[in-house]
Amino acid sequence: MIQKTCLYDNHVKHNAKIVEFGGFLMPLEYTDITSEHLAVRNDAGVFDCSHMGEILVTGKDTLSFLNYLVTCNVKEAKAMKMTYGLLLYENGTVVDDLMVYKINDEKCMLVVNASNTDKDYEYILANKKDYDVKIENQSNDYGQLALQGPSSLSQLQKLTSYNLSELKYSYFDYIKLDGKDFIISRSGYTGSDGFEIYGSPIDIIELFEKLYNNGVQLCGLGCRDTLRFEAAMPLYGHEINDQVTPLEAGLSFGVSLEKGDFIGRDVLLKQKEQGLTKKLVGIELLERGIARGGYELYKDDEKIGEITTGYMIPNTNKVYALGYVKIEYSKIGEEISVLIRNRKVKAKIRNKKFLNKEYAR
Amino acid sequence: MFKVLENLKYSKTHEWVSVSDGVGTVGITDFAQHSLGTIVYVEGYEPGEEVSQGGECGAVESVKAASDIMAPVSGEVLEVNEEVLNNPELLNDDPYTNWILKIKLSDEDELNALLDAKDYEKEQK
Repeated sequence: MIQKTCLYDNHVKHNAKIVEFGGFLMPLEYTDITSEHLAVRNDAGVFDCSHMGEILVTGKDTLSFLNYLVTCNVKEAKAMKMTYGLLLYENGTVVDDLMVYKINDEKCMLVVNASNTDKDYEYILANKKDYDVKIENQSNDYGQLALQGPSSLSQLQKLTSYNLSELKYSYFDYIKLDGKDFIISRSGYTGSDGFEIYGSPIDIIELFEKLYNNGVQLCGLGCRDTLRFEAAMPLYGHEINDQVTPLEAGLSFGVSLEKGDFIGRDVLLKQKEQGLTKKLVGIELLERGIARGGYELYKDDEKIGEITTGYMIPNTNKVYALGYVKIEYSKIGEEISVLIRNRKVKAKIRNKKFLNKEYAR
Repeated sequence: MFKVLENLKYSKTHEWVSVSDGVGTVGITDFAQHSLGTIVYVEGYEPGEEVSQGGECGAVESVKAASDIMAPVSGEVLEVNEEVLNNPELLNDDPYTNWILKIKLSDEDELNALLDAKDYEKEQK
């Protein structure tokens, strides 16, 4: 069944080109990807993220359960702060990546990818064991917006007396906007400063229109992908899936091997000890062409890997890609080639820092 | 509605061709450029290469996606429009003035398999 978010009618009203994504009808673009991308980098843009899943975990074993379930250390995390983590299979590959919003020691909200919400929920229930926790899929109760870009702070500040500059990166709070209740975190998936905002569907619709009327660019999934790619953030189904581990994907910052047992830990420990056989790298094209997800990578005649995502960065001539290569060809500066329409195009391995992030972590 | 020019022949895959003295000038239609969005990359087969009707003769890419250009006629590529290769957004500005390839037709009868303006207009619906 294809679902609609609470903002579907608004997307149509604002002339969005609609596509199906993760089981939802979502806006691909309202104007065009390039201008929406630039609005986020230079000013402010708002995204409908209501398709994402919210799973609430409550109860006295919340922290020990989550520490067993996900890769990050939820016990050690500060309250009212979000932490990036992954949900793994026993073999160490990825079920999904997620954000853990730690409200207190007995209440955490997991924010997961839209296309994985049902799968994650089932997986979490199946691994509940004897932990004293309650697990609720609250995805339909929440609407979510992401307000992103350097002007996000001033735009949102117009709507609240809460001093938003005090809300530091990756922290969240209960905040009133024009008298309505929201959960707001200083965070995002674009590499620019911004906020992620959770509220009731009706309040989210009102906020969306308010931001639009205040001059915030409406942004679709098209630029959401170019922005997260430029910031080298992984997307489930591309950089991560059930064929790779977080270590291969370069996501060890989201994995605490020291915190004790969690699902998939044994495999990661072994992998760390024995060394990786492949890893995710940044790639820069040295000749004309655009490298896209799924294109093969070669060293001379040997196939050494595949692109996961690639773009010409909007408004530049730079063509970058992320992709997996065999470990022996993963050194920065290594010259390789990308097979584009049966033609080998020269490329080289580079770091994944395509974007200089201009906000303080 | 998207712009369709009276005097051109069209393929169902949204290329146009205009033939004069056995040479076909080939581009993509207004419908095609609009569906793709901002075009950021164009490539065509090199002069001297043979292409066949309905087969690939180049590619056009937007930010989001790559899409093949199918040759509306068979023959030898005579020329690629370097100006368009270097300024792909010209295809968004005016896809009918900014042609992509010139092809020396090997069989003018193939033109009968293409659509005229009126039929192509129906294709877009």
